[in-house]
Amino acid sequence: MADLINLTIDGIPVAVPRGMVIVDAAKKIDNDIPVFCYHPKLKPVGMCRMCLVDVGTPKIDPATKQVVRTEDGKPVIAWMPKLQTACTTPVSEGMAVRTNTKQVLDARNNVLEFLLTSHPLDCPICDKGGECPLQNLTLAHGPGLSRFEYEAKQHNAKHVPLGDLIFLDRERCIQCSRCIRFQDDVADDHVLQFHDRGRHMEIVTFSDPPFDSYFGGNTTDICPVGALTTADFRFKARPWELDSTPSVCTHCPVGCNISLNTRLETRTGGHEIKRVMPRQNEQVNEIWTCDKGRFVHHFTRAEDRLTHPLVRDARGKLVESTWEAALQLVADKARGARVSGVIGDRIANEDAHLFGSLFSDVLKDGAVAMSPAIPAAYADIARAYGVGKDTDFKQLGKGDTILVVNGDLEESAPVWFLRLRQAVVDRGAKLVIAHDRSSKMHRYASRIVTYELGMAAHWASEQTTELSAELKSARNVLIVFGDEKLSAEGARSLARSLANILIESGHAGKANSGLLPLYPHANTQGVFDMLPATTVTTGKVDVAWLVGVGNAADVPQADFTVVQELFLTDIANNADVVLPALSFAERDGSFTSGDRRVQRFYRALPGLGQGKPDWWIIQEVAKRLGATWQYHGTSEVFAQMAQHNPYYAGLSYETLSQAEPQWPPVGRADLYYGGTAYDNSGGIGSRYAAPAEQSGFNSSLEPVVAPPVDMEALQHLPHTLYQDGELIRRSKVLSGHVRAQRKEAETA
Amino acid sequence: MSSVRDILSRLGGIPVGFATVFKTFFRKPVTVQYPEKQKPMSARFRGRHHLKRYDDGLEKCIGCALCAAACPSDAIYVEAAENNNDKRFSPGERYAKTYEINMLRCIFCGYCEDACPTNAIILEPIEFPTGYTREGMIYTKDKLLEPAPAGVQGTPQATPAGKFERAILPFPPIDVSV
Repeated sequence: MADLINLTIDGIPVAVPRGMVIVDAAKKIDNDIPVFCYHPKLKPVGMCRMCLVDVGTPKIDPATKQVVRTEDGKPVIAWMPKLQTACTTPVSEGMAVRTNTKQVLDARNNVLEFLLTSHPLDCPICDKGGECPLQNLTLAHGPGLSRFEYEAKQHNAKHVPLGDLIFLDRERCIQCSRCIRFQDDVADDHVLQFHDRGRHMEIVTFSDPPFDSYFGGNTTDICPVGALTTADFRFKARPWELDSTPSVCTHCPVGCNISLNTRLETRTGGHEIKRVMPRQNEQVNEIWTCDKGRFVHHFTRAEDRLTHPLVRDARGKLVESTWEAALQLVADKARGARVSGVIGDRIANEDAHLFGSLFSDVLKDGAVAMSPAIPAAYADIARAYGVGKDTDFKQLGKGDTILVVNGDLEESAPVWFLRLRQAVVDRGAKLVIAHDRSSKMHRYASRIVTYELGMAAHWASEQTTELSAELKSARNVLIVFGDEKLSAEGARSLARSLANILIESGHAGKANSGLLPLYPHANTQGVFDMLPATTVTTGKVDVAWLVGVGNAADVPQADFTVVQELFLTDIANNADVVLPALSFAERDGSFTSGDRRVQRFYRALPGLGQGKPDWWIIQEVAKRLGATWQYHGTSEVFAQMAQHNPYYAGLSYETLSQAEPQWPPVGRADLYYGGTAYDNSGGIGSRYAAPAEQSGFNSSLEPVVAPPVDMEALQHLPHTLYQDGELIRRSKVLSGHVRAQRKEAETA
Repeated sequence: MSSVRDILSRLGGIPVGFATVFKTFFRKPVTVQYPEKQKPMSARFRGRHHLKRYDDGLEKCIGCALCAAACPSDAIYVEAAENNNDKRFSPGERYAKTYEINMLRCIFCGYCEDACPTNAIILEPIEFPTGYTREGMIYTKDKLLEPAPAGVQGTPQATPAGKFERAILPFPPIDVSV
């Protein structure tokens, strides 16, 4: 960075980029200037006055325009007559800041005394108690006594729901507006606002339905008091009682880093997830996560989880069995038979690798496929021309073009929506959208192309030359695409046309450029990478083996069906053997996100009942079929996989679990600054290089002729965030939203 | 030819011992059949914990788990839930749904009393916790909670809206005049 500004803070010299405010500059040298309203991810407003510091600049002689210096050559500092807000004052050359004078300390003390004039004595029952910036800063800087009358406190009726997910306690609010600014500046859901003035000022929501946003949970993280709390975590536990385990969200291709907060619970007689919190990864989700990722965790301890292997008995009923009997039965049926395996795209890499190996190495006559099937048709192109290894969405800005084709970013990958929106709105990237309907991203587009339903592939194939020419001048080209209303061939055709655009405009295989597929789940790319290329069997097979398959259309016709599942789904209910698997929270593993970042998740909960991880189940059957596998854990499977899979070469659990210091610092010591998101202790993961980044890859694909519109694909409902499914159905707090979606779907 | 004295010396201390037995045989015993019977304790003795109620029958405990946080031997386990006016257990929004103390772990230090913001938990000189099983030594909320005062309904109660909004009542104002 060339443009560095030098200043001193409490006599310590520090050099920071131009434009940085004093609070951030001080944070760089671990000088914690207390703040409430300032947040490093939001624009400063200077509302709370907590960050007042003494600021001076070098004195300039009006006559000579030169810096006045003392005899020993040091510049004379002209101190400003009053304290300045460190959160709104940008640094300047030669600036001096004092954060520990009596005046500054008194100011902090007085601001806190004011904030506490009306703050209720709720700490013992407040969900924020224990991780509350107001508590911590009061202890550090506040007065021990108040001179104000207790009875004169502002009293409001206790909590009011702001929507069904977030509660507001108006008494606790200190009017910092972090929530309003997050909703306005980051989420762009203008649903919160201040109402009234002075002591009566309060947060209100004016949308219908109230607090209508996919990102509302984040406001509870950055709220510096307990004014905003989630309906889900309300009174569930005290923050200091929670254990935190790094994990990765499983619901969309972003792969948000999350922390699973667990605690004992009498109902389940063991640990359960009390809340899901974002874990900082500036490369992936910064410090945000969407409400789906935050609230869908209840399925991990749902009462109807499978706990025993089930085998269909002579009378045709599924009855509890033992692992030994069930595994032997599966092995006996699979030996020498025609087996068709289908694996869902939420399953971890390790399981998928073993499943793939089972079909390529162990079973004589078998084929394996991924469910859903459509992404498998284009995942190889999305991988080959995917975003470059060193891609960082933060670097997208002026001169860059983001092309969104046939997908709804907010519904399919909410955190990508946040990040790409900021690239467009805050940093000036150009946004071009081609879609058959409107989406939230359309608000920021500089050009919108609308084509007819299901015509995405046609549009892309016709526009390839024109778009390539147009995008040649762009610094970077990021192409986000989805597979809405397309058949497998259509989706593949679309991906090929888009890859052609990248190649012809000279952006293939470059950092910050490439394809970004809107896959349906967290590990679509990973599962695809793990599976060997086999020809899909058609017609009836002897054995169908389904691992976490949710789509009934992907189930092959078979005489004998084996299902590995968490729940007795409709598919499992029709199976001959049902093997209880463990959820992502109960085991280790890794996922590969839509932008090919391989990330580890860790075991947060003990297993439920006799459930076993999928890789174990697959290995046990393989052993009975004569394989000599001896894996004791996922790290061994991953190591073996990395040896054989060229994309994953060089990756290991050690490299994936490395974390590095990130800016802004969000950690338990920096609660007041970044909010209650967790710092990254589990590793930031590693993106593997796209094949197009290797030399000799940039020959154009053949021109694409789009297949005719598939009438059946036109019936597919577009992907929505809260679309009904086995997991979201078990989350009570989100039930209202799921039903609303259902209704929408029915009326559509 | 042994004399009486010889015989007595051969018997050793046995008669003396019997004499002591005989002497104390009619005295009132000092032992107590613990734990069925317990000796009265001094008024300042810290016996087992009791969860107190207000005079109106509501529980003082608000489920804040500060006692569990203060407990040096991790003997207390609390799960909280939300009150509403139809089913109110305590004033304010929160009450203890589960409250358990493992009396085997407890060292009766009284830190839980100190930590309690509502004076809900008190170690009182009533009886000392004893039991024959480990499970029996985990005192659940129904064992710990004192009965409602005579003539008052226990919990949950139906209460009028707006009356029990706050969990913690203020201490009397501190006189800061100089």
